Amino acid sequence: MSTEKGWGMRAFDWFEERLPIVSFIDHSVGSKYPAPKNLNYFWNFGSLAGLVLVIMIITGILLAMSYTPHVDHAFQSVERIMRDVNSGWLLRYMHANGASFFFIVVYIHIFRGKYYGSYKSPREVLWWLGIIIMLLMMATAFMGYVLPWGQMSFWGATVITNLFSAIPLIGDEIVTLLWGGFSVDNPTLNRFFALHYLLPFVLVGVVVLHIWALHIPGSNNPAGIDPAPQDKIPFHPYYTAKDMFGVGVFLLAYFTVVFWFPNAMGHTDNYIPANPLSTPAHIVPEWYFLPFYAILRSIDDKLTGVILMFGSILILFVLPWLDTSRVRSATFRPIYKVLFWIFLIDCVVLTWCGAQLPEGLPLILSRVGTFWYFFHFLVLLPVVGWIETPKPLPTSISTPVVPKPAE
Amino acid sequence: MRIVLFAAAAITLLGFAPATTQAAGDAVVLEQQEWSFDGPFGRFDRQQLQRGFQVYREICSSCHGLDYIAFRNLEAIGYSEDQTKVLASEYTIEECCDDQGDIFDRPAIPADYIPNPYPNEQFARASNNGALPPDLSLMTKARHGGPDYMYGLIIGYEDPPAEMEAEMMDGMYYNTVFEGNQIAMAQQLFDELIEYSDGTLATSEQMALDVSAFLHWAAEPKLEIRKQTGVRVLLFTFIFTVLAYFLKRRIWADVEH
Repeated sequence: MSTEKGWGMRAFDWFEERLPIVSFIDHSVGSKYPAPKNLNYFWNFGSLAGLVLVIMIITGILLAMSYTPHVDHAFQSVERIMRDVNSGWLLRYMHANGASFFFIVVYIHIFRGKYYGSYKSPREVLWWLGIIIMLLMMATAFMGYVLPWGQMSFWGATVITNLFSAIPLIGDEIVTLLWGGFSVDNPTLNRFFALHYLLPFVLVGVVVLHIWALHIPGSNNPAGIDPAPQDKIPFHPYYTAKDMFGVGVFLLAYFTVVFWFPNAMGHTDNYIPANPLSTPAHIVPEWYFLPFYAILRSIDDKLTGVILMFGSILILFVLPWLDTSRVRSATFRPIYKVLFWIFLIDCVVLTWCGAQLPEGLPLILSRVGTFWYFFHFLVLLPVVGWIETPKPLPTSISTPVVPKPAE
Repeated sequence: MRIVLFAAAAITLLGFAPATTQAAGDAVVLEQQEWSFDGPFGRFDRQQLQRGFQVYREICSSCHGLDYIAFRNLEAIGYSEDQTKVLASEYTIEECCDDQGDIFDRPAIPADYIPNPYPNEQFARASNNGALPPDLSLMTKARHGGPDYMYGLIIGYEDPPAEMEAEMMDGMYYNTVFEGNQIAMAQQLFDELIEYSDGTLATSEQMALDVSAFLHWAAEPKLEIRKQTGVRVLLFTFIFTVLAYFLKRRIWADVEH
């Protein structure tokens, strides 16, 4: 008879022997996952993205209980949620702004990966899964924006689905399939709602793969070198505590917008019910699509514009091979570091251009911006990898290259 | 330092986001009014909302619907349940149908929505020189500038400047705020057109302010509870964040980094 274990522990052991789910979680994001000890606060955004996904799924399911996916009732049902459903206004504002914050968090996460070379060997598949997550997010966000059936919902859906008609031979058939008819109408709304409900769960699946792929090589770190075992600390309690603080800071920003500026990131036209007979003066997508929208409109030829727009995302799949430098972190790459910041500014400029009419200065800027976007990936990254002399790498993440002055 | 960087990145992204979603073109600078519902603790002025409702009822409602507002909702602007019953009973609802299948009229009850002045869009256009008076329920959220735009528009009537005179179309009126400066709605507010039941002098500016505030309530009726909840949520989150920070510091105390 064993006396050192209580019955609770024994029951736990009995269960763990049959389904070791607790140790599985502990190995994934717990005390059995060793992480580099030098991760900075930019490493908080992965877990933040996971948090926002959970917020979106919970608020989304609750909203779906009161939403009606029909062209005659959708707009009204959203207003009923805002006015008559208990805390419905809170659910909707959390969900609508949650989409914006999801993209803010994920874009920072991606730029962090780009700065510290997290896409390089051996993390290429991890990077691919991240791009698939972003594409799924974009599809989900686009279809979600259609659901309130306001003016911008309807006309945004019309513009974006029409892009597929540029595909030679089968373009028109694809558009008909997307619409479920010959224009954006009730069948379109129905299938968008069905897919908008489905895709987040697909997203959860790919997130699991993303974390799985992360655990094979482990986390990258600001130094970009493989940490020695003594330079690693268990994820729990160190990074769970750090992430918890990050969650607090994030929620402060998120709640400030939800409670005081809930419509700042939306478009006023979406409070006008959809009217197929009246086109808004300026059709603009949500802010997180603006850089891609600018790339699309930078070229007069529709097919070329569509190819460039999709190409601007798909090119990320081959980024691990376009970047020929074997040094991961931009900290040790003097030329790449400058290029990184120019690229970031380029994306901000393209975002601004996407919100303007494609004429005059915005058009010139979006052409220059689009050129630079591809020039960065296709020419600069391969060439700089060859010609750049990286700074000396530290031998371990505990040994700084420049020794600290004696204290 | 890293926290500062993090915050700066977040704020930068937040900062350009709302600015970029505004489409180019609107050049009119709206005069900013002082609204009781502005600011982090803003609240509606019930007295003002009731005056605004009176303006809507006696002037605007002859052409504009308020489809998302039911009489019961008026309790939120300070009317008692009995008052909303009386207010509702002054309206007639066409109900379908009685036992014989006939449409019949009945007085409205608080659960009814405020009836639209027109039975359908064609009728509305036929009565208004082809123009459709839009529903006002969401108007302050459907226009840049919100209540400031609303106020500017209904007060913004002038004689057209000389260079515009030739351009003015038949049955259109010059308005300084409306996009394109030609609006199908004639000036509606004139000093002391109505008599406020609370004794406030009904200048056209006063009426414009009151009805704009009322329409902002109609568009965003949960504004007060939203801001009040926000204060409590943010306070809680702030304390949580401070505690999380010190917890993190303590846990990391033994790590050299």
